[in-house]
Amino acid sequence: MTVPTPTQPDAILWLTNLNALVCGLFLLVSFGLVAIRQTQACVRLFILLSVLLGGSALLLSEIYTTWHLVVVGVVDICTKAVIIPWLLRRALHDEVYTRREVTQVLNIPTALLLALGLAILGYLLAQPLLAVGGPSAGAVNLPIGLAGVLIGGLTAAVRREAVPLFLGLLAMENSAFLAGIGVAPEMPLIAEVSIAVDVLILVMVVSVLTRAVHEHIGTTEVGALTTLREGPGR
Amino acid sequence: MGNRILFNLVQLLTTLLFAPLVSGVIARLKEIVQSKRGPSIFQPYRDLWKLFHKDEVVSEYSSWIFRFTPYLVFVTPLLVTLLIPVLTDYPLFFAFMGDMLGGGFVLALGGFFATLAAVDTGNPYGPVGASRTRMVGFLAEPVFMIVFFTVSFVANSTIPYIVQQRWITPTAAFFEPSHILLLLAFLMLILAEGGRIPVDNPSGHFELAMIDESKSLEYSGRGFALMKWGGAMKFFVLLCIYLNVLVAPWGLAHEQTLGAVLLAIPLVLLKMLAFVLVLVVIESSLSKLRLFRIAEFLGAAFITSVAAMITRLFAM
Repeated sequence: MTVPTPTQPDAILWLTNLNALVCGLFLLVSFGLVAIRQTQACVRLFILLSVLLGGSALLLSEIYTTWHLVVVGVVDICTKAVIIPWLLRRALHDEVYTRREVTQVLNIPTALLLALGLAILGYLLAQPLLAVGGPSAGAVNLPIGLAGVLIGGLTAAVRREAVPLFLGLLAMENSAFLAGIGVAPEMPLIAEVSIAVDVLILVMVVSVLTRAVHEHIGTTEVGALTTLREGPGR
Repeated sequence: MGNRILFNLVQLLTTLLFAPLVSGVIARLKEIVQSKRGPSIFQPYRDLWKLFHKDEVVSEYSSWIFRFTPYLVFVTPLLVTLLIPVLTDYPLFFAFMGDMLGGGFVLALGGFFATLAAVDTGNPYGPVGASRTRMVGFLAEPVFMIVFFTVSFVANSTIPYIVQQRWITPTAAFFEPSHILLLLAFLMLILAEGGRIPVDNPSGHFELAMIDESKSLEYSGRGFALMKWGGAMKFFVLLCIYLNVLVAPWGLAHEQTLGAVLLAIPLVLLKMLAFVLVLVVIESSLSKLRLFRIAEFLGAAFITSVAAMITRLFAM
């Protein structure tokens, strides 16, 4: 299917709709990140989330005809969909990836319902902000980004395994960006690049930390780390 | 007027005649995926033929419900066929008699009586399967509701003939997030309601693991044939709602002539074949969920449908 050049209003409609679709899928994947049990699947969902964010940036760059967002999209896909999963993969034991997280803090349907409530809260929060800005093609990014931030926070709160918990935090960052590119397409590039580098360093620190935790107590269930242990490990 | 009645009859006959074919094709394709040859795609017709020529055994201890149910299960999908677009994209005779919610209730009536009949005989496996079906049913119900509410929210109507036009005018509307998410949610519903693999194994013959099949365990002969045929038609009707109303009315007859309506039959069947291929991929690549994980599967469907609704809010 060929999308015509973005001078015609018809093409703008196409691009706006596709951007809204990408944002809708973004929301769905955020929900998935709360509920999926396997660590490996969590990483895949996070890759999908980052690709969707990049896709939204590219579509918005086409609508607003700005090259900033192209760079944002490319940097985003490179770091978050390729380098971060690769780093996590390298730094951690295979055993972490094969494990299922059986005990969440809340059971899955409850966590999903909470996430749903948070999504609606995100909509309510975004409503007055959108009323100020007036209608625009990227308007849908803001409520979904806000909802994604809240849901990412929930993911970090209900997860007990280190990697999914951390991916929840990264999802918050992703969602904040999704909201950002919707409202501020001309954001200075330096902001995006520095955040991308920050996130990379964060991943390295967290993976070293997780590895240390794993070597020390033989598990990465950070939810179990509630009591102090004396003496050498094990 | 006379034409319209004729078209309606053609729709009915299509449901009646091609429903077993769809289940035959699914069975054959699944066997091919597993590197086996599998039965002919016409096997369901032979099964029905055989069953209609066999004697029927009815327990003395069962009530009228047991005898009445096969007819109801057989008739309810046909009633729904009158309400939904099977072959035409313009409203026919009964189009405004009931909306999609009404169609859902009519289908649920058949399911309700099938459950009662399963409990009626006193066979221990019947009630087990019946209660499980009810469990899947009541978890699927909110998803059905939200899907239909979202449809009415987006298209301002739940009459299927009006809804289907909404998704393709203009063509870009097809890619609305609420539409795509709706399709995902309804796909999960079809898997649950049709007793397909992540929820139930349709080809399983182990009574303790059965969900959908165990309701017809006590039936034989003509009653069993009607139950089987009715089940196949229910699945066919669900596919029609999915493919013709919710996906897009592509391939449906637009002109009000008999030729166009007849031409729509192969096109709709082609659409179904495409869907069946997707279904076979899903069924062959997933394993059956444990019983208490079904709640999570349908919870995911519920979340998807609500996400469809709230992205519609967001995009407004």
